[in-house]
Amino acid sequence: MGGYILKRSLLAIPLLLTISFITFVLNALSPMDPAEVVLHAQGVPRITDELLAETRRALGMEQPFLIRYFDWLLSCLQLDFGNSYVTGKPVWSLLGPAFLNTLQLTIISVVAVIALSIGLGMISALTEGKNLDKSIRGVAFVLTSMPPYLLAALLVWYFSVKLDWLPTNGMDSIQSYILPVSVITINYAGIYFRIVRSAMLANLNEDYVLFGRACGLPEGRIKIRLLRNSLQVAISVFCMAIPIILGSTVVIENLFAWPGLGMLSVKSILSRDFPIIQAYVLVLAAAFVVVNTFSDIINALINPKLREDM
Amino acid sequence: MKRFHYLFKDRLALLSVFIITSTLAAGVFAPWIAPNDPEEVHMELRFASASWEYLLGNDHLGRCVLSRLIYGIRPSVLWVLVTLAISLGIGTIIGFISGYFKGKIDALLMRVCDIALSFPGYVMTLAIIGVLGVGLENILLAFVLMKWAWFARIIRTSVMQYSNAEYIKFSKALGVGSFRIMWKHIVPVSLPDIAVTSSSAFSSMILQLSGFSFLGLGVQAPQAEWGMMLNEARQVMFSRPELMLAPGITTIIFVSAVNFFTDALQVALDPKLMSVTKKKQGKGIYQAANLHGKA
Repeated sequence: MGGYILKRSLLAIPLLLTISFITFVLNALSPMDPAEVVLHAQGVPRITDELLAETRRALGMEQPFLIRYFDWLLSCLQLDFGNSYVTGKPVWSLLGPAFLNTLQLTIISVVAVIALSIGLGMISALTEGKNLDKSIRGVAFVLTSMPPYLLAALLVWYFSVKLDWLPTNGMDSIQSYILPVSVITINYAGIYFRIVRSAMLANLNEDYVLFGRACGLPEGRIKIRLLRNSLQVAISVFCMAIPIILGSTVVIENLFAWPGLGMLSVKSILSRDFPIIQAYVLVLAAAFVVVNTFSDIINALINPKLREDM
Repeated sequence: MKRFHYLFKDRLALLSVFIITSTLAAGVFAPWIAPNDPEEVHMELRFASASWEYLLGNDHLGRCVLSRLIYGIRPSVLWVLVTLAISLGIGTIIGFISGYFKGKIDALLMRVCDIALSFPGYVMTLAIIGVLGVGLENILLAFVLMKWAWFARIIRTSVMQYSNAEYIKFSKALGVGSFRIMWKHIVPVSLPDIAVTSSSAFSSMILQLSGFSFLGLGVQAPQAEWGMMLNEARQVMFSRPELMLAPGITTIIFVSAVNFFTDALQVALDPKLMSVTKKKQGKGIYQAANLHGKA
């Protein structure tokens, strides 16, 4: 098992390097000259050739491409992503707190998604074909077809404006978590509860259930076993869900003015603040790889069959 | 065409096929169907409610909501469909090469897929928009760049599963060309997997695109798009919540129809279902025995 963990972790390193290179190249592909963007962003009224050359030198632009890449990579490893073009502040001082805020939102939402999908999936599988199962699936079907921002707007309109129970935006108190978390939860639980449900239904037909019933085991104990075996499938799916939710909070964050990565990135895109965009892509892609590596290891721990692949 | 028989026996599936095709047709023939010019501003008709001339009322600039909805089909649905077709095409070619030839080329292509898939979808899209600028075509480009790897993965798995079958080995032994084997023997059996995957990707791409337009990163004013219409309606959400209804409900109905179609397709194309019918005809005993072993 130790060998598997080592191999899987080492596999992540070339992937991370490639990602960092692509992120760097992406910036070079931009049709705009960075020096010009900086000068525009700082509101310099007349851009002369001398000024451009000077800014280029200050940004280290005249060095060869690969040297610039390695310089950049080394400083990124020390969390130094350069300075924002617009405000001049270090990127990490903006990105770090935003990342933590997004992480908080994601973790709370993931916990809620897991709890809700396991609960609903269980109820729905055990009442298969009955009205309760049908209505759960019906509601989930409509909710997952709904654009998340529409759901968010409806909830804001009802709970914040009409009833005035919850704040419409910001991240000030515990109440301000309720709406964004519930929008994300409703959206993803509708997808993931189906996986729990079908895993349970597949297990219901297994011989051990029949055997347990034939032996006269109490129904409750059979169900606990059933759940334990079905969760194997569910866990691997939930591991995949964490990075997906982490990357897709953009819309929700912008709607609720959540001071996280999603808001920061959209703001930087609109003001063409490349260092922030670059750091955002790098940090999230790296987080994605790390979470994926962990989830592969967790899956291998649970399911020995997967270890043979390596 | 036995498979489609199942699909059409299901009334809800039939309804969703009808919704999907009529929406696509309305998008293609928008200039002939839309009652008014979608970009014509009538300031005196701001927030007017439904009338015979403007069936769904007017928006904050007095533009015809119905016409904007119909024209909005083009970016919201038709362009997404084109993007889907392109990324599916690339994914299918790579998936087939990878799954059929295996070995080194497979390992190489799959590492490239790994890299493409290691950027979360939304982040990749934001990165592309960040570099190339705001606009529909950049979002669609980002979709192609990230979805092809996803399709390639799934199609590869599907192709691999079939390429070990006895009848493929038999064809190879007979000296049939690789391309002919793929086209004649693998494409037909892996088509169900491809169809279900692309159909489910379609609905998620529609929702994602409308999300980006909602943030103001996609289609630019004054062009109409569903997410963009919702964004415009959001500005006046507290005073005129009803403006969110038309684009919101349209999106929900269309995406539900696609989701429902996906589910029905999955049931209709399920090979297990096929083997049951074959067993009835007394031909598929071998297959049925196989299935029993798996299930």
